[in-house]
Amino acid sequence: MINIVSTVKISFRALRVNKMRSALTMLGIIIGVGAVIAMLAVGTGASRRISEYISKMGSNLLMIVPGTTTAGGVRMGSGTQPTLTLADAEAILKESRAVSDVAPVLSGVAQVVYGHQNWSTGVVGTTPGMLNVRDWPLASGRSFTQQDVKSATKVCLLGQTVVENLFGDMDPIGQFIRIKNLPFTVIGVLAPKGQSPQGQDQDDTIYVPVTTAQKKLFGTTFPGMVRTIMVKAKSTEDLASAEKQVNELLRQRHRIGPKQDNDFTVRNLTQFMQAQEQSTKVMTLLLGAIASVSLLVGGIGIMNIMLVSVTERTREIGIRMAIGAKTWDIRLQFIIEALILSLIGGVAGIIAGISASEIISALAGWATVVSPFAILTAFGFSGLVGIFFGFYPAYKASLLDPIEALRYE
Amino acid sequence: MPLIETHEIIKIYRLGDIELKALARVSFAIEKGEFVAIMGPSGSGKTTFMNILGCLDKPTSGQYLLEGIDVGGLNRDELAGIRNKKIGFVFQGFNLLPRTSAVENIELPMLYDGFSAKERTRRALRALESVGLEGRGDHHPNQLSGGQQQRVAIARALVNNAPIILADEPTGNLDSKTSAEIMDLFLKLNNESNITVILVTHENNIAAYSKRIIKFLDGSIVSDEKRIKS
Repeated sequence: MINIVSTVKISFRALRVNKMRSALTMLGIIIGVGAVIAMLAVGTGASRRISEYISKMGSNLLMIVPGTTTAGGVRMGSGTQPTLTLADAEAILKESRAVSDVAPVLSGVAQVVYGHQNWSTGVVGTTPGMLNVRDWPLASGRSFTQQDVKSATKVCLLGQTVVENLFGDMDPIGQFIRIKNLPFTVIGVLAPKGQSPQGQDQDDTIYVPVTTAQKKLFGTTFPGMVRTIMVKAKSTEDLASAEKQVNELLRQRHRIGPKQDNDFTVRNLTQFMQAQEQSTKVMTLLLGAIASVSLLVGGIGIMNIMLVSVTERTREIGIRMAIGAKTWDIRLQFIIEALILSLIGGVAGIIAGISASEIISALAGWATVVSPFAILTAFGFSGLVGIFFGFYPAYKASLLDPIEALRYE
Repeated sequence: MPLIETHEIIKIYRLGDIELKALARVSFAIEKGEFVAIMGPSGSGKTTFMNILGCLDKPTSGQYLLEGIDVGGLNRDELAGIRNKKIGFVFQGFNLLPRTSAVENIELPMLYDGFSAKERTRRALRALESVGLEGRGDHHPNQLSGGQQQRVAIARALVNNAPIILADEPTGNLDSKTSAEIMDLFLKLNNESNITVILVTHENNIAAYSKRIIKFLDGSIVSDEKRIKS
């Protein structure tokens, strides 16, 4: 069998003879591989952003909102009927086995003042369970306690954006701020959380005990009312049973008859996000598949050029055969030539694809992630394309009749 | 045992419905160390015969024994192996690879015989020396004269220590002075290395270098004379 190193050398020489032609042939592969890499980078970036948001939002979440989706044939907007109470939240935590934590929410917008600084922000009344529900740790200080909730203490936790706007570089712990002109003690600062996928600044918030919000800040239509209740299931597997238990429990507590519609809605946030993540993955695959069509076209370009090359070098093939080249010696020579074209094109395509995704994220502002998996796959595929489309010309070359080939002008 | 032996070789070409008989029952033998010239007009079958002797073509019927081996039963790759190890070809048009140095051209047969790169270069340089072209290993064919190109081709034919050289009108593209030099080189190889030389030629003065002249006409041998060299 022919020496591989020598064959590679011979192939490089043959490709150098027609530099322009070799470069143009490679361009097909470069565009193909580049497109695959860039498309996968865009898709992977999008799905990674979603999964990052899931982990930021807190996982295995249910959100209960009041109001009905349909009431006696007339559909109302959700939240139109204030029906949820703090007691509902406490009952869910006590009675649903699949639930690990609960956080009722009563929120509003308020002007916040510290010294000469003031800032308008969302004030969220909730329970200590909130930090666990949203997987949101404290950066410093302490959280408020059940005791704080019970006695409606005027304490608060600040989000990073609020801290920056009111305190600058100062340590806010132990300071007093005024929310709607009431003095609150800052007892803790929340860790930075960043933006939600909708572009909201999640750090622009203040947490206070829910009872404080009810009695002192926003008031309620009836005692104990809350806007929403967030529920965290024990695990992803428990999410469905948690949803069922919450539904049953609330129907019971709200005295809803078997034929009546719910006066609340349970939304499965995690499931929603996971579905979105799944659809992004499908989109990634689709983009990759479309891009690989151009890789296929590049491969056909290689086959085309190799067929031309075999015809042009018929005489050379004849000489090699006369001198003792066997079937596979000839085949290998042309397959290796095609392989070199496609692999060099593949490497250049990877570089082009990485640059393209950098440009896309710079211009369009999309997060792009070039995964090592995408690079390996693209490189492997360009090699396969070379072998696949190089084989037929090589096969054709190896079947030439040496006498005819030697006579070829 | 003769080096080459043929029995009743027939070669028929089919061109559509027409059958063309290129060789009709050719039987002959060549011993090791002979210097044979094959002559005959165009279409007499001498090139077909050379192609069969060179294992580039197979007879329609008949037997061809090379060193006692029946070549007829070998497949494509086995024939390539025989061409590689037993036969050195010298063509009228030299048939060197363009854009490839003299040494690399000479190395070619060894490339298909699994020699290491070092050994290939060593033997190629020795073969280049034996045809009187030392120092021109780096030259490409287009930088060499016709005679020099033919010497490179002869070195390529020699390098695998093949016992037979088949030369198809080796001086056809050369002037008379260069032709004489090339023929002297064949004579030297025949005398000093005992290499069997079989050459096809039109020209009587080229055939005159040989020790035996076989004449073809219409696909058959019409004369076969051994000559005592003066």
